[in-house]
Amino acid sequence: MIIDLPSTTTSQVNKKLVELRDQGGAVALGRVLTLVIVTDDGVQTEEAVDAANQASREHPCRVIVVARGSRKAAARLDAQIRVGGDAGASEVVVLRLYGPLADEGASCVVPLLLPDAPVVAWWPGKAPEVPARDPIGRLATRRITDAAAEKSPIKALETRRASYAEGDTDLAWTRLTTWRALLASALDLPPHEKITAATVTGGSDSPSTDLLAGWLAAYLRIPVRRMRRPAGEGMHSVVLERASGHVELVRPDGSVGTLTQPGQPERRVALQRRENQDCLVEELRRLDPDEIYEATLKGLAKVDHSRTTVRATSPARRSRAKAGKSAGAGARKSAAASRESAKAGTKVTAKVAGTKPAAKGTTAAPEAAGAQPSAKTSAAGRSAPRSAKRAGTKTSGRAEK
Amino acid sequence: MKARTWRNPLRDERDKRLPRIAGPCGLVIFGVTGDLSRKKLMPAIYDLANRGLLPPGFGLVGYARRDWADQDFGRVVYEAVRQYARTPFRQAVWDRLAEGFRFVPGTFDDPAAFDSLAATVKELDHDRGTGGNHAFYLSIPPSFFPVVSEQLARSGLTEPGPDQWRRVVIEKPFGHDLASARELNRIVNEVFPEESVFRIDHYLGKETVQNILALRFANQLFEPLWNSHYVDHVQITMAEDIGIGGRAGYYDGIGAARDVIQNHLLQLLALMAMEEPTSFHPRALRTEKVKVLSATKPVGPFEETTARGQYVGGWQGGQKVRGYLEEDGIAPGSTTETYAAITCAVNTRRWAGVPFYLRTGKRLGRRVTEIAVVFKRAPHLPFDATMTEELGQNALVIRVQPDEGVTMRFGSKVPGAAMEVRDVTMDFGYGHAFTESSPEAYERLLLDVLLGEPSLFPVNEEVELSWEILDPVLRYWEAKGRPEPYTAGSWGPDSAHAMLDRTGRHWRRP
Repeated sequence: MIIDLPSTTTSQVNKKLVELRDQGGAVALGRVLTLVIVTDDGVQTEEAVDAANQASREHPCRVIVVARGSRKAAARLDAQIRVGGDAGASEVVVLRLYGPLADEGASCVVPLLLPDAPVVAWWPGKAPEVPARDPIGRLATRRITDAAAEKSPIKALETRRASYAEGDTDLAWTRLTTWRALLASALDLPPHEKITAATVTGGSDSPSTDLLAGWLAAYLRIPVRRMRRPAGEGMHSVVLERASGHVELVRPDGSVGTLTQPGQPERRVALQRRENQDCLVEELRRLDPDEIYEATLKGLAKVDHSRTTVRATSPARRSRAKAGKSAGAGARKSAAASRESAKAGTKVTAKVAGTKPAAKGTTAAPEAAGAQPSAKTSAAGRSAPRSAKRAGTKTSGRAEK
Repeated sequence: MKARTWRNPLRDERDKRLPRIAGPCGLVIFGVTGDLSRKKLMPAIYDLANRGLLPPGFGLVGYARRDWADQDFGRVVYEAVRQYARTPFRQAVWDRLAEGFRFVPGTFDDPAAFDSLAATVKELDHDRGTGGNHAFYLSIPPSFFPVVSEQLARSGLTEPGPDQWRRVVIEKPFGHDLASARELNRIVNEVFPEESVFRIDHYLGKETVQNILALRFANQLFEPLWNSHYVDHVQITMAEDIGIGGRAGYYDGIGAARDVIQNHLLQLLALMAMEEPTSFHPRALRTEKVKVLSATKPVGPFEETTARGQYVGGWQGGQKVRGYLEEDGIAPGSTTETYAAITCAVNTRRWAGVPFYLRTGKRLGRRVTEIAVVFKRAPHLPFDATMTEELGQNALVIRVQPDEGVTMRFGSKVPGAAMEVRDVTMDFGYGHAFTESSPEAYERLLLDVLLGEPSLFPVNEEVELSWEILDPVLRYWEAKGRPEPYTAGSWGPDSAHAMLDRTGRHWRRP
């Protein structure tokens, strides 16, 4: 059931919700949290509501969508209530805000929050600079952003790092869970040796790749190289180097990964990109600060982004092949993969040579810790080649989706 | 030794996102053509794979008396998965999983077939990297246990190498009385040490059952009331609206008490009545369960405190149904009960004087499993008798299935000028929203087997203690001839109602 309340106020919305509950029975029972979705009015709004409805089957919630309409219009609040079949296991309140109201979302949200239940805010598109200080972000115990959905994902990630507060989380991080689980369980098995170095490869605009590198750097306390592939490819591969042989997880096609470990046959694993609703379900499962994510953001500073290290991996690889532990086919295959990635890496370098200082800027930023000017120059440095392949960026923004 | 000191640097106990994926392993299912295997096990395996909880390179071996090749087996699993799996079908997941399917044809006493099974398992270790870790799921009648375990031992399948494990999963019935249960345990333990025996009681894998512990020990609200000061009695009900269907061969001679009370209901009783474990370590949980089960005794005289019945034909839910004795494959004079109710006492300070009523039956009013804690009346009511005429006893009901959740019943004023108090219920609708995505019991239990996490599996001591509770009742019934008939679709025989009426109580209508 969908009820439209054009040009209304929140108290009228509230009244209508109570009325609906009286008529329809247990509509609002058993809600465990309020999810506030903040978007610009448009197609994205429906996608986000859809994902939230799916997620509500595991976490029954009230969904409040704050859709910011044109700021030039007269101040107006249009509300829409969806219950029953149109709202999964949740009830959805869409608030369309126009004119000066568009920036006053928080004041419209407050009266509609469920009493005594946690609030989660989600920005499916562009997130505020400092989510924790945003008026709506301040209401929330958890703040979900999505770096991959922003115009320049890597830069967005940098902002997240600078603005991290307890309760922040990012879907680019959630999308990594399957990768992380596989890597962690690979290390559960013998030989229990220290990892000496690691290489993480992925699309040049994939924030998940950066985060995985950051996670490895933070937890393994080793040098981690971050290699680039063409934008839009998402995560590609991880290589953990050990004395007796490497652990490699390669996903060339975006859906099936290959896990290679010494002493084990090469294994193929389903490693498809996670959908937004899956990620949201995982996010809503926990409402406490994610310390691991925090450590990972800190680890970003330790990641080596320079491209000259491509060759450094090769001797190590060869030594492993000599160790001969792993099946011949596996070694050949991964060697091929590494060649491919190396090629791609050079290709990118050639194509976007102009970005070089920008990339440096990204690496350097942690040292410059929030120094505005440096961030700005890096942004400027990046924008030129980016606009040149705008089309590519568009799809790549949702690469990990 | 080194493995013990190794700390995986990528694991952090605060990292709640990382699921525990089972290490490299394989599962061998005996009796793979059975209903349970198709409807529960295979879908559960796929769902686990889909959730990313199975190790890459997982191997699944089917063993049955069919002339199948690996592909035929794969097709059977495929159909089962398409029909019964809980999570959406993903081709990529399926393809990876299907690579590990093997089928070994053979009977349970065929040494050659077991040799080829051993070869298949070895081959899996090599091709898929299952690492010598294998679980054997015996989805077969217990009468085959001796021969299968003997064959497993003979072909060397039960002997793990260093750093490997072998586990066996068995299902109820765990014997038909204390003596046979001991014998069965002996047979299984001869080949598999107790810590590698996993007895599946699928009730314990259900979310609501695990929630009993959370409800009791994570809240301040309930535990203070959880004793004989406030609790009048406890009713544990598992009712089915179906008959015995095609299970005549299994059911006749076993009956409701052995089929359900001995395992499911007594396990539920243990979880409801046990003391707080010192931790959630499997050993601590078992200690408490064993303690409470050893304090539990059936209450006599059994003529007054127990009831048993057998359904007769009639109309149930708009359908004409047959009586138990008219079902296919049931001997005309069968005295097997299809309804059983017993009274238990838990002889501890906490529960002294609180009867636990356990009942189960087939062809009852509807399908429901629930635990009802019925509280004593308030010691003093400052109201006139007319005001509280319609006020019953407060109750806390844990609905295990269907419609999982918790209901509380208490008195509330009827709106109006007069002071009139009447029972109302407050519902925690666990079922409405959560269940759709909450894992099937078998998923959870299979994963626990592969992880070697034994909390949710009863040990042989618990099984034997349960038989000790039930055996005296069963012996009494055996001497008493035929069970009392009851109409299909009713809530059991008259003696069941009389059994509670005697004490001024009555069964809840679930």
